[in-house]
Amino acid sequence: MSSAMIERIVNAVFETLYMVILSGFIGTVLGVAMGVALYITRRGNFLERPLFNRVLSIIVNIGRSVPFIILALAIVPFTQLLVGTFIGNTAAVVPLTLAAIPFVARLVEGALLEVPDGLIEAAQAMGATPQQIIFRVLLPEAAAGIITAITVTFISLIGYSAMAGGIGAGGLGAVAINYGYNRYDTGVMLITVIIMIVMVQGIQTLGDRLVRRAQHR
Amino acid sequence: MIQLDNVTRIFGQGTAAVRALDDVSLHVPAGSITGVIGTSGAGKSTLIRCVNLLERPTSGCVSVDGTDLTSLAERDLRRARHDIGMIFQHFNLLNSRTVRGNIALPLELMGVTRSDIQARIDPLLELTGLSGRADAWPATLSGGQKQRVAIARALASRPKLLLCDEATSALDPQTTASILTLLRDINDQLGLTILLITHEMEVVRNICDRVALLSEGRIIEHAATGEFFTRPASTEGRSFLNDYLELPPSRSLQQRLLSEPAEDRHPVVRLTFHDDSAARVLASNLARRFDVDLAILQSRIEEVRGRTLGLMIAEIIGPASRTRQVLEHLHTLELDVEILGHVQRHD
Ligand SMILES: Nc1ncnc2c1ncn2[C@@H]1O[C@H](COP(=O)(O)OP(=O)(O)OP(=O)(O)O)[C@@H](O)[C@H]1O
Ligand SMILES: [Mg+2]
Repeated sequence: MSSAMIERIVNAVFETLYMVILSGFIGTVLGVAMGVALYITRRGNFLERPLFNRVLSIIVNIGRSVPFIILALAIVPFTQLLVGTFIGNTAAVVPLTLAAIPFVARLVEGALLEVPDGLIEAAQAMGATPQQIIFRVLLPEAAAGIITAITVTFISLIGYSAMAGGIGAGGLGAVAINYGYNRYDTGVMLITVIIMIVMVQGIQTLGDRLVRRAQHR
Repeated sequence: MIQLDNVTRIFGQGTAAVRALDDVSLHVPAGSITGVIGTSGAGKSTLIRCVNLLERPTSGCVSVDGTDLTSLAERDLRRARHDIGMIFQHFNLLNSRTVRGNIALPLELMGVTRSDIQARIDPLLELTGLSGRADAWPATLSGGQKQRVAIARALASRPKLLLCDEATSALDPQTTASILTLLRDINDQLGLTILLITHEMEVVRNICDRVALLSEGRIIEHAATGEFFTRPASTEGRSFLNDYLELPPSRSLQQRLLSEPAEDRHPVVRLTFHDDSAARVLASNLARRFDVDLAILQSRIEEVRGRTLGLMIAEIIGPASRTRQVLEHLHTLELDVEILGHVQRHD
């Protein structure tokens, strides 16, 4: 393998990490916020707003039902508006983030639903404000589930970022498609696939370790 | 300390509506331990949750320590709740915090400074017998220990009132006894008013000064514990007491019992006395007055809050004409009579 190719692959690794980490980070922050909003506004919960909840829920469902590649193409004008271009890895962060938010939101909502109602009741009996309930009870108690949700999201983002490589985002996906697939370079294909497997394994291992630390048994 | 006035709580609407509380008025004196007892679905949890407004009454007034909670704004209600501790059947501890962290929670919510929080925790650990477990995670504790943590947490904000929702129902009898002793001690030492709900007479008997009986959302009896145990005023009160103080006929007696009276049979009765001085002289009185003998087959004496309660199963020995008179006479006395059956005469 030529040194130019090695350099190309190394750059691609950094591009992929850049896209995944940035979109994963923003997606997590906004997704957790949206997941909390979904949870607390549910019927019977402490800030119940049935109409708001319905609307938010529908938006999240739409976000989750559009296939990533269609989403990325559909929002090109929006991406262009936001970052000034729709090519390159910074541009790819926009659809990746938009795909991550509803994904995280639903998983976080599910993790919050696992928190026993009794804990919220106990906090209310102590005179907790809604904000205190969220930050001192709900989020810490659901930590393990939320970390699992974030882990799954980052792993999905590695896959999505590779797809984005097919439409101008760069990264490992672009290298695999341009060299491994279009130019029949089996070696390059193999290396990019192995690198992605290692990334996925690494994220999963890290996630598992953090979950165990959050569990306290 | 607590005053409920005409509190009604209705769940659901129209034909599906359930009156969980139906015009309940209750006064809980400061410094007392008051129990609310009732069968499942009677509305006990709804009642206790109305006291700190976790449940808002559909109508009626709830005041605690002179403040009408139903009229307070959210903000003031939250502040008022700092003065009301609550413990639950399933403890409701945060698994994400250690024992110390759980006890600190209500203080953090009130904005107490970190150093003040730490200073308050150790005495609470000592009071609840948890010294040395401060850094344990709840998942590693036994049920009794978890309830102790919950009690320490409820006391952290130095409340004047403690609400206990079936606080011992998930615990074994020994652990229950130790938790009840702790609640008694707290009541004594801190002068804390306690309202507890339970479906166990044993709990009421052990620590309550007063007891209210709730049935289908209504308070049908409210009395001092000794009074309630010896002279329940309602049918349901009596049935609670009978279930609790049961004195079933022994197996050998059951085999001899016949349902129909006859000339050569003696009646067997179960008598419940609310006053043991009457019990002591009953046998000799009957012997003198009716010329019969009272053979005591089984008996049990209980003392509740300075009042004695006695149960006995006795065979009335004598000719049928006289034992019939005895039964009539017994029904006129201040005791509960239940005819269990008749046994064959031996002679
Ligand atoms: N949130 C609710 N929605 C609808 N009905 C309710 C609700 N909470 C209680 N109820 C009804 O109100 C009645 C009283 O319930 P409550 O929980 O107060 O009984 P309880 O005496 O505490 O019973 P248990 O001993 O089983 O805990 C029951 O018929 C119950 O089904
Ligand atoms: Mg209940």
